[in-house]
Amino acid sequence: MATPMLEIKHLKKYFSTPAGQLHAVDDVSLTIEAGQTLGVVGESGCGKSTLGRTVLRLLEPTSGEVLYNGTDITKFNRKQMVAARQELQMIFQDPYASLNPRLSVAEIIAEPLIVNKKYKNKKEMYERVGQLMETVGLAPRLMNSYPHELDGGRRQRIGVARALATDPRFIVCDEPVSALDVSIQAQILNLLMDLQDQQGLSYMFITHDLSVVKHISSHIAVMYLGRCVEYAETEELFAHPMHPYTQALLAAIPVIDITRRGKKWETLQGEVTSPINPAPGCRFAPRCKYACEGCHAGNMELLQISAGHWVACPYAR
Amino acid sequence: MSEPLLEIKDLVVEYHTDEADVHALNGISLSLDKGETLGLVGETGAGKTTTALSIMRLLPKKIGEIKNGQILFEGENLLDKTEAQMRLIRGESISMIFQDPMTSLNPVMRVGDQILEALRLHRPDMSKAEQQKKVDEMLEMVGIPAARKREYPHQFSGGMKQRVVIAIALALEPKLLIADEPTTALDVTIQAQVLQMMSDLKTKLDTSMLLITHDLGVVSQTCDKVAVMYAGEVVEYGRAEDIFLGKQHHPYTEGLFGSLPELNATAKRLSPINGLMPDPMALPEGCKFHPRCPHCTERCKKEIPAVHQDGEHMIRCHLMDKEVR
Repeated sequence: MATPMLEIKHLKKYFSTPAGQLHAVDDVSLTIEAGQTLGVVGESGCGKSTLGRTVLRLLEPTSGEVLYNGTDITKFNRKQMVAARQELQMIFQDPYASLNPRLSVAEIIAEPLIVNKKYKNKKEMYERVGQLMETVGLAPRLMNSYPHELDGGRRQRIGVARALATDPRFIVCDEPVSALDVSIQAQILNLLMDLQDQQGLSYMFITHDLSVVKHISSHIAVMYLGRCVEYAETEELFAHPMHPYTQALLAAIPVIDITRRGKKWETLQGEVTSPINPAPGCRFAPRCKYACEGCHAGNMELLQISAGHWVACPYAR
Repeated sequence: MSEPLLEIKDLVVEYHTDEADVHALNGISLSLDKGETLGLVGETGAGKTTTALSIMRLLPKKIGEIKNGQILFEGENLLDKTEAQMRLIRGESISMIFQDPMTSLNPVMRVGDQILEALRLHRPDMSKAEQQKKVDEMLEMVGIPAARKREYPHQFSGGMKQRVVIAIALALEPKLLIADEPTTALDVTIQAQVLQMMSDLKTKLDTSMLLITHDLGVVSQTCDKVAVMYAGEVVEYGRAEDIFLGKQHHPYTEGLFGSLPELNATAKRLSPINGLMPDPMALPEGCKFHPRCPHCTERCKKEIPAVHQDGEHMIRCHLMDKEVR
């Protein structure tokens, strides 16, 4: 089999806190093939954003490997990394905080071009900026506007244009639509999917919104407290969720269905436990209704249940 | 039929800014019966929160002005009340849960004292011991051990903080609870817990609720009636069955549904509404939705559409002229 575009192997990211080691990402292994979208889902604090940042080395991994086309980018020196980042880009969550308020739209989009010395002269550079703005659906007249003059949807388009500036192959999208209204969210999702069709991009799409992730992803990884608890193709995951946490997560989404009105929600009891010095065993065990003795000891490895469907729960059937 | 608990008639609210007047609400009418839940749906800037603040008479002074209309609560117009009278109504008869549990609690006050505050102001005849007992009761009711009442907000998680806020709002057993995006800041599993708890408490205390949200899924599972707002107007209003199962809809409502990536649908592309929400400082003439509407006609650009009523189901659109009837 060909080498996958991106392969994450046993990636760990711990943060030191006064209370102990915070296991933000704990031994996560995932692969993303060219042209595919991997959705990473989970609730706040599960380590999904940290995972996205660590993959691009915006945070240094504690241990583990990130193979991009077969080479481990965690071993790259600074210069090699700058070069690699042209192909590995990121779209951030908050379109308000991720744009420099003192730069105009054109300057923001041109910044990666300047950093990477992509163009000989200003004219050529601004032509490219114009092209990029057209690609993401921003009117050329906005070139000299500043972010504060624009609404959230347009700002997020700037973020997308900036990420596309260096012709990337792989983009980490960290909750790119969660700050937007539904009608604008739909516009941005359509844009991301169109770009993928046209340019063959791969995405790692981080979100807490399962309906968004279902729409855009080919594969989904569900995270809970730093661990990947389930990984499968999108269709398979939604058809046969195996891990009790995935099942609970799916049941908690308010779908549009008025026949469920007045009925009891199947709610998960309790809250997420602390990721600082986590107890051994399954991290979900304290909230799991099927938990038994065995769950509190030993490490839960991802096991292949059926072709391409991995679950970190020995009792999943 | 009995008198509705809350009735809003032709409410117009403007915000005055240095640049221009912002037309936040342009004549909305709503009603809510006892024990019912009304969902207010719409995007940012539709006027949902302004509606809530108008009912509470909490619009920012000088900037926010109620130009016209009536807000009848148990038959009395809240807009005629003095500030002193309003203080007795707030918390006692109508109370509100704000969107962000992180900022709506006082960070330097113990959570128990924050619940107690409502009791001290509104129930001065209760003895201290009785008040404390009520605080314990309220905390237990929202699923927090009473022993934690001496803790501060930062010691609680987001979901727990929102429970505290709900305990404060319900401490005086109000007749109407206004919940402004109560679960938007929470994770889905916690959202499910909080919504379940709110609906249990609502039944137990027989409270009516005005639920403001942009999540149509939440609305479909909790509300009896739904009002869809756009640019300061109610464009569609009806029972949940009318909105979610009815055949006739306002084009904006259809657009909202088309924008949702649904869990059980497999459409490859979403069908969003084109364009953006209009600037409330310069609203378009005629139908406010016409610049984004796929069915826009010449008439829509000039005439404000009339209300089309089909039983309890109301749609404000010219298209209905030929279709309803």
